[in-house]
Amino acid sequence: MSCFETLQAYAFRSLGYGERLLPRSDFTLCEQFVLIGSGLIWNVYFGVIAIVTGFFFANALAMAKNSPRRWLRSPANGFIFVFRGSPLFIQFFFAYFLFLSLKSVSPIFDPLSAAWLGALIVLFLNTSAYSAEIFYGALRSIPKGDIEAADAYGLSGWHRFRRVIWPTMMRLAWPAYTNEAIFLFHATTLVYFSGFPAWRQKGDALYYANYFADKTFNPFVPYPILAFYFILLTLVIIAVFGAINTRLNRHLPQERRTKVRFKPQMIR
Amino acid sequence: MRAIPRQKTRPAIFSYCSDPAILEGFQWLSCYLTTGKHMGFYLSFGTVLLLLAITAPLALAFGFFGASAARSRIAPLAIFGKGYIAIVRGVPDIAFFLFFVIALDQGIEWLRHKVKCSDWDEPIRQGNDFVVCQIAKMPLNDSPQWVHEAYGFSLAVLTFAIVFGAFAANVLFGAMRAVPRAQIETAEAYGMSPRQSFWRVLVPQMWVYALPGLSNLWMVLIKATPLLFLLGVEDIVYWARELGGSKTERFTDFPHGDWRMWYFLALLIFYLAFTKVSELVLARISRRLSKGQATLAGEAQRKEPGTAAEATT
Repeated sequence: MSCFETLQAYAFRSLGYGERLLPRSDFTLCEQFVLIGSGLIWNVYFGVIAIVTGFFFANALAMAKNSPRRWLRSPANGFIFVFRGSPLFIQFFFAYFLFLSLKSVSPIFDPLSAAWLGALIVLFLNTSAYSAEIFYGALRSIPKGDIEAADAYGLSGWHRFRRVIWPTMMRLAWPAYTNEAIFLFHATTLVYFSGFPAWRQKGDALYYANYFADKTFNPFVPYPILAFYFILLTLVIIAVFGAINTRLNRHLPQERRTKVRFKPQMIR
Repeated sequence: MRAIPRQKTRPAIFSYCSDPAILEGFQWLSCYLTTGKHMGFYLSFGTVLLLLAITAPLALAFGFFGASAARSRIAPLAIFGKGYIAIVRGVPDIAFFLFFVIALDQGIEWLRHKVKCSDWDEPIRQGNDFVVCQIAKMPLNDSPQWVHEAYGFSLAVLTFAIVFGAFAANVLFGAMRAVPRAQIETAEAYGMSPRQSFWRVLVPQMWVYALPGLSNLWMVLIKATPLLFLLGVEDIVYWARELGGSKTERFTDFPHGDWRMWYFLALLIFYLAFTKVSELVLARISRRLSKGQATLAGEAQRKEPGTAAEATT
């Protein structure tokens, strides 16, 4: 099979299109590249949707955490502690078995025990908690002068928030938030190792890399390929978030702009 | 009389546990939670703590060597150190866990093969197989079960130490650079060699700067322990899946439905408690270390009312 045919057969294998059987012997480099790349679609899917939806929830959570009202503050604190204080791996397992037992209650909950929805919900909640902590930290470090200036201009309430507090908060939080986005994409590789079944072998990049490593007893090919893909993905994230960062900082003189610095990733 | 004789692995702790079928409520639960298998589950918490106790110092040592190598003036050593720090960036760590376990295992067997069976003429990689001679196998095929388990555990520890060593190297590298340059210059002015100024001036001072990063790393290390499961060690995740799955009357004295959710809830609470305790302890250490330091935290402590009296007692 030529490499082009392999591409046709396996490019969308992780979504269920193309050749149904995975290669079983005589694994070529091309097959490994194509299949692992095909699995990457799932990583991108989980990462992008969780980041976009989590962004809004994280803003709400950060506001709640900063609220003077106790009934708003303590649930937000509790939520953030639970999701930041426990391993994501255990959260996945717990959620999966929770969804399984919900399944027996009513068929409405059926899609929850599939990875595309169930794991997405866990990732959404998890990234919301981590991002909320970042946003909250940024909110607390807004310079007092900015708020006083807003007051002096007669801005208050929603206007003050929308035009002064929120943009400054985003600007301060953005470098840390970029790292959070990168960690989240890396965390998506845990999904298929934590209970959620890869139905008909439709898995993510690590699932296929692990498949090849198991079949060939040779970890030195599939994992570097996976690493290659993820470094590429990381570079794309840095480019996108860097562009947003430049826009957030566009009113500042060059040397006062905060740069996005890539810090080593952390497991959660 | 029961139709199927059941195997007892271990005498029960409570005397009333001899016939679980007639027990109810709290008594049933107390018997259920003290079965031999559950003892294995509780012991696996010890495995996690043991892993943490061995990995933390080992990773710190790896990190220290990595950071020192990255600072080295010998180019290949510096490249090696910086490469080590950089290698875990940009790639999901779980991929490293899966990679290193096989890679280390095959590396060790390959080395033993080269040493012990030098007259072997077949290739080691035959298609999809990794073939080494019998006496190069790690552990040997005829070794007892505990050797296999210990070997698996050591591989896991080494993998954790390599990955977390890279994180620690990054933290320590930053801490070494955070030590004020004037300190090193003073050491040089006193005529100390680079080696002396490194060991006598830089290393003792860097820990204050490294502490926030290292405490963060400790939290991350705690949260990484469930990944032991992926490395094939019988850890708490393994046992929770094993014990929680539904059990029928046929195979156990304590039949129950699918309880895995409750077992993982227990694990979740265990980790939350562990994190909370660690947070409190680390906050104490940080207070202790910044006492009398010329940093913001130390200054705040000095001005705090009541601490002066505390310090004298």
